Amino acid sequence: MVKPPQDLTVRPDMKIVLVGHGMVGHKFLEALHEQKTPGLDVTVLCEEPRPAYDRVHLSEFFAGKSAEDLSLVEPGFFEESGFKLRLNTRLSAIDRRKKTVTLPDGEVLAYDKLVLATGSYPFVPPLKGSDRENCFVYRTIEDLEAMTAAGKHARSGVVVGGGLLGLECAKALRDLGLETHVVEFAPRLMTVQVDDEGGRILRNKIEELGVKVHTSRSTTEITNGMTARHRMVFADGSRLEADMIVFSAGIRPRDELARTNALPVGARGGIAIDDHCRSSDHDVYAIGECAAWNDQIFGLVAPGYDMARIAAAHIGGQADARFTGADMSTKLKLMGVDVASIGDAHGKTAGSRSFRYTDEAKQIYKKIVVSPDGKKLLGAVLIGNADEYGTLLQMCLNGITLPADPEFLILPSSDGKAKPGLGPDALPDSAQICSCNNVTKGQICAAVGDGATTIGAMKTCTKAGSTCGGCVPLVTQIMKSEMAKRGMAVNNHLCEHFPYSRQELYHLIRVGQIKSFSELLDKHGKGLGCDICKPTAASIFASCWNDFVLKGELASLQDSNDYFLGNIQKDGTYSVVPRMPGGEVTPDGLIAVGQIAKKYGLYTKVTGGARVDMFGARVEQLPLIWEELIAAGFESGHAYGKALRTVKSCVGSTWCRYGVDDSVGLAVELENRYKGLRAPHKIKFGVSGCTRECAEAQGKDVGIIATERGWNLYVCGNGGMKPRHAELIAADLSKADLIRLIDRFLMFYVKTADRLQRTSTWRENLEGGLDYLKQVLIGDSLGISAELEAQMQHVVDTYQCEWKAAVTNPETRKRFRTFVNSTEADKRIVFVEERGQVRPARAEERLEETEGQPA
Amino acid sequence: MTSETLSWTAVCAASEILPNTGVCALVEGRHVAVFRIGDSAFHAIDNIDPKSGASVLSRGLIGSLGERVVVASPLYKNHFDLATGECLEEPQHSVRAHAVRIDNNIVQVALA
Ligand SMILES: Cc1cc2nc3c(=O)[nH]c(=O)nc-3n(C[C@H](O)[C@H](O)[C@H](O)COP(=O)(O)OP(=O)(O)OC[C@H]3O[C@@H](n4cnc5c(N)ncnc54)[C@H](O)[C@@H]3O)c2cc1C
Ligand code: HEM
Ligand code: SF4
Ligand code: SF4
Repeated sequence: MVKPPQDLTVRPDMKIVLVGHGMVGHKFLEALHEQKTPGLDVTVLCEEPRPAYDRVHLSEFFAGKSAEDLSLVEPGFFEESGFKLRLNTRLSAIDRRKKTVTLPDGEVLAYDKLVLATGSYPFVPPLKGSDRENCFVYRTIEDLEAMTAAGKHARSGVVVGGGLLGLECAKALRDLGLETHVVEFAPRLMTVQVDDEGGRILRNKIEELGVKVHTSRSTTEITNGMTARHRMVFADGSRLEADMIVFSAGIRPRDELARTNALPVGARGGIAIDDHCRSSDHDVYAIGECAAWNDQIFGLVAPGYDMARIAAAHIGGQADARFTGADMSTKLKLMGVDVASIGDAHGKTAGSRSFRYTDEAKQIYKKIVVSPDGKKLLGAVLIGNADEYGTLLQMCLNGITLPADPEFLILPSSDGKAKPGLGPDALPDSAQICSCNNVTKGQICAAVGDGATTIGAMKTCTKAGSTCGGCVPLVTQIMKSEMAKRGMAVNNHLCEHFPYSRQELYHLIRVGQIKSFSELLDKHGKGLGCDICKPTAASIFASCWNDFVLKGELASLQDSNDYFLGNIQKDGTYSVVPRMPGGEVTPDGLIAVGQIAKKYGLYTKVTGGARVDMFGARVEQLPLIWEELIAAGFESGHAYGKALRTVKSCVGSTWCRYGVDDSVGLAVELENRYKGLRAPHKIKFGVSGCTRECAEAQGKDVGIIATERGWNLYVCGNGGMKPRHAELIAADLSKADLIRLIDRFLMFYVKTADRLQRTSTWRENLEGGLDYLKQVLIGDSLGISAELEAQMQHVVDTYQCEWKAAVTNPETRKRFRTFVNSTEADKRIVFVEERGQVRPARAEERLEETEGQPA
Repeated sequence: MTSETLSWTAVCAASEILPNTGVCALVEGRHVAVFRIGDSAFHAIDNIDPKSGASVLSRGLIGSLGERVVVASPLYKNHFDLATGECLEEPQHSVRAHAVRIDNNIVQVALA
């Protein structure tokens, strides 16, 4: 039921015009919609060609996110709310006396309340040449599209500005494969957030990643380059050449609508607003980066979201909604380097004292600033490792009394003892955990009570952690602690027969050397098993011991696909898929496949996996067909198994004029290495011969792209139902290192994933994410690398073609028959012809519907 | 119905069905799935999966759900009670269960 607002200052037909549909503008609309104030007439003017998107995660556009992925607008939002959105509409004319705005096409809209959420524009220093072609800024999707296009023809790039955004932009350039430079005017990076010492460590870390940093450089001019498109000339006479330049030298509020309409602006620009987010004209509000509160402009999304909620509440009649300033603490990961800054990072508070810890070997710098009496935390800087961010931030925001020796908060513990951390219990219920969406600890605990017991559910239910993601570890901790308090346990049992997760079962099998299902059931389960636990156990047995899948009792565990070594189709026939490693097949091979298909009347199709599938084989035909395929040199393609499917490859340097390495050769080698490996789900690979990525390797579980310096390895991508781009885990690897790393990756996945969990979902659920994966696989943080490699080698060494084993064993062969008591074929399988090949008859095309089932 | 009135068809030797698997037999023109649970328990139901119309149930995985012994259709994974032929998920897709006995190590089926 919609209740009318208490305060009747809200006119039932209030007209609201919102200018700017950015992050903050959209938050305002959401807040307005949630208030359910009846009779609002809301029009949104949006300069950009698309509705609001997530600028904070803009860089992920380079990692393959599309504009739709970044959209902030829930499907159906505008239909449901009735708000009207006008894209490509930039407002320039306001008449405050008449309370109207005039659109570019001349249409005039009246308003009762006008809300400006026009954001900022990137500041480009007024230098000679800054308007040359291939000079960019970093703010909108269009900017990024232009950068991507230019990046294709560039070898090097410079980012002007070494602040937060500049470094993020540098990462993007590096990911585009460019030689990357950062030029900073100040003597250190991230001047605002970190101190000199921290800046130095940050610089070392970033240079280690191959980005060249030039500090204390003031650009005077950009001219034609000798070795690249541009040359930047600096005040000290030095110069730097690059093909593209991105300016990230700060942002300026877009307050032009205020300036042209006689609304006051702040000392450093920005539309001046009061505590209710109103400008000097009380019918005009300003929120987000375009607004200045107490002369302060906030270049972060969280304060903007606060303003959006306050403006919506105030317009909705809640007269006491007030903005009270914002915390500017930030934590982010810049090129894999943790950087965090909290509160008074520079120790500007009179009498404050600081503690610092520097580890030059690991490139870690940590500093805390405490109050003169040593009781409260005022600020902190963390570089290289920001594990303590959540704890420190909460201590700072909630004024929690510090322990006697606060230095231990940032010192590594030498004796393995837990740090004087801050359990979730120490936090008051009112502690704000997610600052982007203003979610408190109390709300998170309440959501657990309402059934949100996974981080995904928590995000949907409270929005905590759904914007910048910085608070996710703390949210998870609070959620788990609350679940424990309520006596809730997460049930990840495989099925009713085994009270264990797949991972636990894997351990039980490997550690207990269990080799049969009956033994497993005896020792750890109950009942007869089922179609969930049996194939799972069979897959684990295969991963661990790699026995022939149809050997003895193992056969009874296999899903029909594994049992008949083919994928069952809708009419009970099977597909036949011979392996064509890397998609490579000889003309003779193709002829053989063609002849066999013709002889047995099979339908043939080239699949997305870059090989030829044959369909329509009856059970009793399977061994005969395979016998002929094996004689022609083919092996099982494991299209039926939860196993390695194919390694898709582009033609690579052998034929392609762009190729930098032999992608087909590598693909063939990898497919041969991992063929037959049983896993929780199917696994696909792709190998591309250069960054043009024609094999679409980044959409695969394991993707490899050749670079001039070796191979880049990407993992956990997926096409299919829920596409996910693979993530770069290591770059420029030699082939030997590449194979070692893939060995470890696959085996780790096989060991720890859930049943039917593709690598992409496994990765999304992996606590600690990509970093954790890198630590385990590259840093060997669990000390299991050697073991993983050895286990993979065992699988590789014991490989056998399952079809070869099946057709040469008379006992197994006997199983491939339609009837145990007759040699007749299954007359229910009926084909009709279509486009020159067979296909299963539809029900209405069958002559004798009751065949095999007389009434 | 007593066993006297049933007409029994010999299908195969008991040893031809691996424990915990099934085979398909032609019994008076009807496709019948015959399963062996452990060493000595046998069940028979129709082999045709009503949902797909394909003759495939003997190729499903055998297991238990609670107290019931079931087979999962290899196509859409719906479960059939081996004793009654009832489809657990969609009772309208249930099948007929038939009688089985072992005589001199030979499996015999009688249509119900
Ligand atoms: C690459 C990048 C990374 C960032 N990372 C972080 C981060 O990690 N954490 C963080 O807190 N913040 C981050 N920020 C900052 C954050 O994105 C901004 O604080 C936030 O987007 C501000 O929202 P806004 O709605 O005020 O402005 P915007 O999102 O810029 O929206 C303003 C909109 O108004 C439109 N507009 C302007 N004038 C008019 C007009 N006259 N008529 C019609 N439309 C108009 C603009 O086209 C724009 O679409 C990042 C920003 C960038 C660019
Ligand atoms: C001159 C350069 C190129 C050559 C010689 C080339 C060659 C090929 C070949 C031979 C295939 C078929 C591979 C297969 O069957 O799996 C292919 C597929 C493909 N190419 Fe290219 N290509 C070139 C450029 C590009 C570029 C620049 C792109 C993308 C930016 C691209 C995208 C693709 C894609 C997506 C496929 C896969 C299509 C599919 O799955 O069927 N190609 N290319
Ligand atoms: S990825 Fe590169 S090497 Fe491979 S086909 Fe495409 S352009 Fe050629
Ligand atoms: S996309 Fe759907 S219809 Fe096509 S093969 Fe896959 S499961 Fe079948």
